[in-house]
Amino acid sequence: MDNDNAQLSPEALRRIDREVAKYPADQKQSAVMAALVIAQDEKGWLPKETIAAVAEYLGMAPMAAYEVASFYNMYDLHPVGKYKITVCTNLPCALSGGVHAAEYVKTKLGIDFNETTADGKFTLKEGECMGACGDAPVMLVNNKRMCSFMLPEQIDNLLAECK
Amino acid sequence: MALIDTINPLLTTGWTKGDAGWGIKDYEARGGYKQLRRVLESRMTQDDLIAEVKTSVLRGRGGAGFPTGLKWSFMPKAAPLKYVVCNTDEGEPGTFKDRDLMRFDPHAVIEGMIIAGYAVGAKAGYNYIHGEIFEVYQRFEEALDQARAAGYLGNNILGSEFSFDLFAHHGWGAYICGEETGLLESIEGKKGQPRYKPPFPANFGLYGKPTTINNTETFAAIPFILGMGGEAYLNLGKPNNGGTKLFSVSGHVNRPGNFEVPMGTPFSKLLEMAGGMRGGRKLKAVIPGGSSAPVLPADVIMDCTMDYDSIAKAGSMLGSGAVIVMDETVCMVKALERLSYFYYEESCGQCTPCREGSGWLYRVVHRIEHGEGRPEDLDLLNRVTDNMMGKTICALADAAAFPVRSFIKHFKSEFEYHIENKKCLVDPETQRMGSGFFKAGAA
Repeated sequence: MDNDNAQLSPEALRRIDREVAKYPADQKQSAVMAALVIAQDEKGWLPKETIAAVAEYLGMAPMAAYEVASFYNMYDLHPVGKYKITVCTNLPCALSGGVHAAEYVKTKLGIDFNETTADGKFTLKEGECMGACGDAPVMLVNNKRMCSFMLPEQIDNLLAECK
Repeated sequence: MALIDTINPLLTTGWTKGDAGWGIKDYEARGGYKQLRRVLESRMTQDDLIAEVKTSVLRGRGGAGFPTGLKWSFMPKAAPLKYVVCNTDEGEPGTFKDRDLMRFDPHAVIEGMIIAGYAVGAKAGYNYIHGEIFEVYQRFEEALDQARAAGYLGNNILGSEFSFDLFAHHGWGAYICGEETGLLESIEGKKGQPRYKPPFPANFGLYGKPTTINNTETFAAIPFILGMGGEAYLNLGKPNNGGTKLFSVSGHVNRPGNFEVPMGTPFSKLLEMAGGMRGGRKLKAVIPGGSSAPVLPADVIMDCTMDYDSIAKAGSMLGSGAVIVMDETVCMVKALERLSYFYYEESCGQCTPCREGSGWLYRVVHRIEHGEGRPEDLDLLNRVTDNMMGKTICALADAAAFPVRSFIKHFKSEFEYHIENKKCLVDPETQRMGSGFFKAGAA
């Protein structure tokens, strides 16, 4: 990706500005987590050049922004499919079918964790506790949409809904 | 899902309308923001306010159980700039109470934080919200806008001399940010690696300023405590364990969900409220306070009441109130393997005993589960935990060690069977059907 494509749109920058305003004027770096999310939403994933662009906008070292991007689980440092499905397999979810739900999705999509379908539509990830164990099995679609009680029928519906 | 059942609704009074009752009008209609108004209009002193919270013996609902009033009293009076921070980074496996609190009653959290800000003399606050619950974060932002528009946030709140503003900070997937100083680092826009303590946040917190950090449920309890008085709140629970508590019940019960009960409620009552054991199967073990709490066998937990002291006496921790229920279909080695993987995955890597130790624990439990265990492995696991506990900056190493030690202690014969016979004591088909994912008879 060249540097022009790494730049963020005016709309993304406006959204980042709203985040910056939450923090003291000399603490712009506090907005880096939100800014990287906004950038990831816009680009689909986070190429190094985009991380550097975010860092520059916030007046911080590119490496400091990369440290953040590589520390938190939900930043995608590699391209992902149009729909990233993350399945919680942690113990409370597993007791109510989390692991089996993941196996079911794997079989349906023909991919393993950390793989993307050949058509680029789905990426499957194994997740850690999402704080919704009473709704197990739980899945996240594209980091932001939580799906509860994902038994076979619900999984079929979800996958069919992802066009 | 909302609340499943309650004995003495307090925190959950606003949950009855589910997603329809979270807005500011509904909150005000059920008495919301009345306590903030009373505090400001009566010009209550900070000392009186903190004394009331101390009387209630409200103990931190995030897991450590530290007395809230005492924590507030540690804040230096003279400091010009101070912060209040709410920990809604709810990622302790088994815990899902703060998500529902924020969904169904976000204004109780906001009111509690504003009152806390007044009590400790803070001008601003942040609520750090777990990355995986984006919809809850969005709703909280909306609730903040409502509170600001109504004059509960901003300059000269309700015409008083008190000014306070509040913002939401959204996490993005890191269990360690539930540790209070890791959380502060994260708000500062860094990796969420915990800091050495001391200095404690009350002296050196967010941006190096004095900071009070409490759990979401702790803040949400504040308006109720002021409404009924500290003494009455304390009496809802039992001595040294004031008030009611939200318990998140997950695993092999018929009705998983959140339950608000008075401190000291028998575990058997809680299990009954959760609809009893799924499929009428037999209780095998319970993790009573989130995955970091030592597991307790069925006969021990059945004699416990749900409060800090009773659970501690039984050898575990009430923690965040996350009750993970396991029945006889569970292979304890496999259960531990998954928990050990979690701590290995989430160790921030800062301290060697945790970074390396959590990997050792996972790999050794993994090899036992996969039929490659050695007779000396149980001793090895215990030795590794000896080298982790109390030897790191934060408690994640201890949290990784507790499950290992307690699973081996209480279910040793199952681990030995695994090592000797290279397979689970519980047969795989029984385990498979236990989750309820597959319908009986289906492929």
